Amino acid sequence: MAKIIVMTSGKGGVGKTTSSAAFGTGLALRGFKTCIIDFDVGLRNLDLIMGCERRVVFDFINVINGEARLSQALIKDKRVENLFILPTSQTRDKDALTEAGVEKILNELKKEFDYIICDSPAGIERGALMALYFADHAIIVTNPEVSSVRDSDRILGVIQAKSRRAEKGEEPVQEHLLVTRYDPERVEKGEMLKVEDVLEILAIPLLGIIPESPAVLRASNVGMPVVLDDKSNAGQAYSDAVGRFLGEKIEHRFVKVEKKGFFDRLLRRTA
Amino acid sequence: MSNQVAFRDAPFQLRGSNFTMMVLKVSDPHAQNFFFALSDKVRQAPNFFRNAPVVLDLDDLPPGQSFDFENFCDLLRTLGLIAVGLQGGTREQQEAALAVGLAVFPQGRATPDAAPAPRPAAVADVPAPAVVAPAPAHDLPYQKATLLVRENVRSGRQLYAQGGDLVVIGSVSPGAELVADGNIHVYGALRGRALAGMAGDRTARIFCQSLEAEMVSIAGLYRVSEDLEKSVLRRQVQIYLDQGFLHIDPVTV
Repeated sequence: MAKIIVMTSGKGGVGKTTSSAAFGTGLALRGFKTCIIDFDVGLRNLDLIMGCERRVVFDFINVINGEARLSQALIKDKRVENLFILPTSQTRDKDALTEAGVEKILNELKKEFDYIICDSPAGIERGALMALYFADHAIIVTNPEVSSVRDSDRILGVIQAKSRRAEKGEEPVQEHLLVTRYDPERVEKGEMLKVEDVLEILAIPLLGIIPESPAVLRASNVGMPVVLDDKSNAGQAYSDAVGRFLGEKIEHRFVKVEKKGFFDRLLRRTA
Repeated sequence: MSNQVAFRDAPFQLRGSNFTMMVLKVSDPHAQNFFFALSDKVRQAPNFFRNAPVVLDLDDLPPGQSFDFENFCDLLRTLGLIAVGLQGGTREQQEAALAVGLAVFPQGRATPDAAPAPRPAAVADVPAPAVVAPAPAHDLPYQKATLLVRENVRSGRQLYAQGGDLVVIGSVSPGAELVADGNIHVYGALRGRALAGMAGDRTARIFCQSLEAEMVSIAGLYRVSEDLEKSVLRRQVQIYLDQGFLHIDPVTV
């Protein structure tokens, strides 16, 4: 049975799209047929992060409006087998997302895919609500800072009140916390919240901690999900998070400041 | 199949086509200055009006008032306008129009500056424009057909030139969309989408100063940026259909 995962945060700029791309690619790498949908109508970016912006002809909204078939709008990733992207429209707005339209497409996708990742826009308005409404799992992307944590708390409340599972009184949406842009050095200096602090407020299971890494921006700029950069610690951390999501027991990494040897320091200076 | 062959061998071809025509709304044909005012208008753009077909619209005529089609059409002729038909009208008016050789058109829709496009079947495979940019009011008919934009077109903006050309003096950002029933001219870099000949006109063309488009389309035939050849990227090009294929050629004069 296909699972729908919403990647959401409330706050903008915390790494939802980066995480959607990396997590979706990670699932596909493990052999699951995965589709990532961009719900950020009017501010589409997933196609850029996934590096398929030059192949977009039809989009999610065209399919909702019956102007194109789903198979015409789905873009198959060229690097990873089993991975598909459903880009959104840049010229419409969130009102184009109708509940019936979104449901129809998700039901169609469920027949073919193992996992459907809904990349939510920021905010708690229509776009975000439509992205989370049909979810089975919610991955809450949070930066270790107070405003992001507060917004995550808010979106958790929305999921618990306004998702379909909540409205129908079914099993609640399973929540997972993904802490991104985590910088152990700044945490040590007290400039950033500790993971424990975040967990204490949000009180949901921790899926992963993604360290702040230049590899993320580098990957975004070349349109490659960072999980494909298996040498980077961010890429490895995403891969670990996917493993934990699938039930594997994996230690959290990259949480402590790494002891640097003389050569590391030297290299870092010059890098 | 044999039917099709027979049809191809026929001494004629019957095809649907779209034309943009002026509608002359007549409210008081007996006004003293009617033809004087009309000839004044014609003189403003003599080339545009030379032998131009016009469709008559008598809906504003007071009910019951008679209308002498033959005489009226002759007078139009003297101004270089060729009456070709009647739009709407009462049954009596339609019969009178047919009697003098005018065609009767169903009540057409005028081209207001901000009306959504009818979706022609020929381009059903192309995303339809949903938002139409409000255009400033124009006086002359040919100005109504052309949508002139004097600024850069930002991501997310959608412009539609219904029944005419779209001219952009500026650049078009990725994520912006230009749609026109006629040609599209971009006097800057074209980085967004451009769809010309939206209503099925296969002679429509796209011109731009630097081709970096996400997608270009003419009368429903499209190419996405990935399929654009390196040799035309960032070049001054024109894009047109020939023998059913989309051609992208550097503009050479």
